[in-house]
Amino acid sequence: MAIEARHINKAFGATSVLQDVSVEVPSGSLTALLGPSGGGKSTLLRVIAGLEQPDSGTVLIAGADVTRLAPQRRNVGFVFQHYAAFKHMTVFDNIAFGLQIRKRPKNEIHKRVHELLELVHLDQFAKRYPAQLSGGQRQRMALARALAVEPEVLLLDEPFGALDAQVRKELRAWLRRLHDDVHVTTVFVTHDQEEAIEVADTIVVLAGGRVEQSGSPHEVYDNPANEFVMRFLGPVTELDGRLVRPHDIELTAEPEPGSAEATVERVVRLGFEVRVEMRLGDQDAWAQVTRGLAERLRLAPGETVHVRPGPDARTLAVV
Amino acid sequence: MTSKILETDSTGLGTPPGPVRPVARRRPPGAPTALGLGSAMIFLSLIVLIPLAAVLWKSAEHGPGFFWKSVTTPDAWAALKLTVVASIIVALINLVMGTLIAWVLVRDSFPGKAVLDTLIDLPFALPTIVAGLVLLELYGADSPLGINLAYTRVGVAVALLFVTLPFVVRTVQPVLLELDRDMEQAAASLGAGNWTIFRRIILPNLLPAMVSGTALAFTRSIAEFGSTVLISGNLPFKTQVAAVQIFGQIENDNTASAAAVSTALLVVAFVVLVTLDLVQRWGSRRG
Repeated sequence: MAIEARHINKAFGATSVLQDVSVEVPSGSLTALLGPSGGGKSTLLRVIAGLEQPDSGTVLIAGADVTRLAPQRRNVGFVFQHYAAFKHMTVFDNIAFGLQIRKRPKNEIHKRVHELLELVHLDQFAKRYPAQLSGGQRQRMALARALAVEPEVLLLDEPFGALDAQVRKELRAWLRRLHDDVHVTTVFVTHDQEEAIEVADTIVVLAGGRVEQSGSPHEVYDNPANEFVMRFLGPVTELDGRLVRPHDIELTAEPEPGSAEATVERVVRLGFEVRVEMRLGDQDAWAQVTRGLAERLRLAPGETVHVRPGPDARTLAVV
Repeated sequence: MTSKILETDSTGLGTPPGPVRPVARRRPPGAPTALGLGSAMIFLSLIVLIPLAAVLWKSAEHGPGFFWKSVTTPDAWAALKLTVVASIIVALINLVMGTLIAWVLVRDSFPGKAVLDTLIDLPFALPTIVAGLVLLELYGADSPLGINLAYTRVGVAVALLFVTLPFVVRTVQPVLLELDRDMEQAAASLGAGNWTIFRRIILPNLLPAMVSGTALAFTRSIAEFGSTVLISGNLPFKTQVAAVQIFGQIENDNTASAAAVSTALLVVAFVVLVTLDLVQRWGSRRG
């Protein structure tokens, strides 16, 4: 394990932020700490980096207990949501900072920084100041700066949170490819379930200061441990007292075993998919179907359809 | 280590080098700017430029020879020297202590912090002659603290320190408040110790404010009259500062000499302000 956090407790004043949190991050993985804001994910990341001291619990990095070690000596790379660029230094000097601290020879620093500039596609920007870069460029600079010291683990706190949607999407894909190339154990914090599913190979869902579930994106999406995880990771609807993913609902014209009768209330076309809003008895539900199916069934407001969870649907009883 | 280049490009990946700064947007031509500029210039002229020009004019009235003689009379020269040297020392002490006080006010929390924060401005509010009186009571011959600084150069420096304290504190404090703490944490996680973080991250960001606060303290200090007049005892060649010497010249109806010494002070202040400005520009160009 690259990182092990064991039984971490942390409170700010009277507010408990982390309650007996234990997380394991395998070497070389790209792990997402996913959860709503205030769920404790950033605090956990900062505890791992040594920027926050836990009230109790142990942090191990590469097997060594670092709980009482200063952030300077943990050999972690940390990337902040708002870049934390050294604004009085050029891009080159920002990236070189950690190497200069380590008193590496000048020519080695020069070579390494230029490698990194190339890696993050900022080669032409070496002499610029952070204020002259876009948000996405600044964050890539921050990433290169963190990678420069060859950290044991790379920690990213909502790295794309301050960027606009388009840039965020591009950087996500880029981070994924970068990780495939560099293979440094990476943990990133996000509140965006789509981002976590797309980028991470392991997701740890944190809410209310506790770990709700951890596993591969596939596992947490398809086998959510509880209602919270199921709701947080994707759209859900309620069918006969059970939570179902809307795309797992089967619609038929004729009754089938286990199906219930529903009245179509609204049909919304969203490009390739169709959202069908229905009334089942005294409950509302909705299903996500393909255009082909919607046309075959001639779905229209007022029509009657029969619904049931599909054969492979994962459902969860509503508590 | 290689990585594929993105096809889409809104992140600027692969953007060719070129000017980044957008061309400064031109203000729509019209009355508001002209009105603002005009008012500012008239005000500045009436309040600052014309009086200063009058002083220069007065000092040049009897030609350069007279000017030179006026500023190099033994007592004028001694007063100027004392004033400039004391002001440099005071400005440097202010630089260190003012930055320290600003640091404590921003970064530390302790009972009475709000009170202390308010106290900082009091030297500005107190008439300087009152400040001089209080200092004489406290650090004079009958000092309850047993420290007698009356009629000494140290006494002069203490008076100058008192009146110029707020400058560095009040210029550094807001910059320190705005300083991004994440930068320090980023430096720490990159392995920088506290001293390195201070020297390489905090100090470069504070320096412009520290320099301008120090410049203000210095220029205020060379012109100080009220607070020094009592505690210094006005001993020519020993504790008489330039402002007091000028006052003496005016009382003796020797206004041309007074103007000459004033001009010398103005020149010193001007040179210091310009030098510090150049140093700062040079510094900010280097980053």
